[in-house]
Amino acid sequence: MAAKISFADVEVGTELPAGSFPVDRAVLVRYAGASGDFNPIHWNEEFAREVGLPNVIAHGMFTMAEAIRVVTDWVGDPGAVVDYSVRFTKPVVVPNDEKGALVEVSGKVAALLEENTVRVDLTAVSDGNKVLGMARAVVRLA
Amino acid sequence: MALDQSFVGRSYPPTPPYEVGREKIREFADAVGDANPAYTDPEAAKALGHDDVIAPPTFAFAITYRAAGEVLRDPQLGLDYSRVVHGAQRFAYTRPVRAGDRLSVVSTIESIKSMAGNDVLDIRGEVHDESGEHVVTAWTKLVARGAEEA
Repeated sequence: MAAKISFADVEVGTELPAGSFPVDRAVLVRYAGASGDFNPIHWNEEFAREVGLPNVIAHGMFTMAEAIRVVTDWVGDPGAVVDYSVRFTKPVVVPNDEKGALVEVSGKVAALLEENTVRVDLTAVSDGNKVLGMARAVVRLA
Repeated sequence: MALDQSFVGRSYPPTPPYEVGREKIREFADAVGDANPAYTDPEAAKALGHDDVIAPPTFAFAITYRAAGEVLRDPQLGLDYSRVVHGAQRFAYTRPVRAGDRLSVVSTIESIKSMAGNDVLDIRGEVHDESGEHVVTAWTKLVARGAEEA
């Protein structure tokens, strides 16, 4: 593995560069195709409302994929991620307008672990709501 | 209606191998807007110590969820698939998924709980490559929402 961040250079509380990830309907359609998850709540507004949602929502797995980019962009090597877990607490609502939605992700080192690994705690917010809970990644540093 | 507790601990037979292609990884990385060259450029991936391009950390879900579908649609379990939402997800990697992998999944129902009128199902997917090496374990928590009370 070839992480570009050295274990010796981080401490508990070290903040990762934050990321801001736009998502619109076209992004969701493309993600549906790439992931194979064609649940209509992610692209059909009428269906989404019928099942009690405020509008079309992003795939939880899409949000999870965006959030880990803060870690993989920081560490360089995506293969350095050894453990990654989230809870889906609130949906990312994606209106069919010119703006869509924005997922804003920040992360900081929460614990130093064995074998040059650290735990990074992530926060993901969209439209003022925390959309992931207990979002944690364990990543192996150089 | 509470699900049958006797399903806890049940494992399903290994899925036929899913062959991970370079272009599928590229398509997935494009879809999440991630330009990390480790996903698309074999030389860049090799410079990081990988044998070929690797997949983003959440890519494995596409494989494990397909495998879990067998569990979800098991008529004996009786889950209302149309009311299922994703509650939580975890991946624990031995190594990243890479192009050329032929991956097989064994799904196991870890727990079934009834909480606040919802059925909560935890499924573990153990992913191995063709040589039998462990690649990743995925834990998926699914919540089947109970029908709304009037």
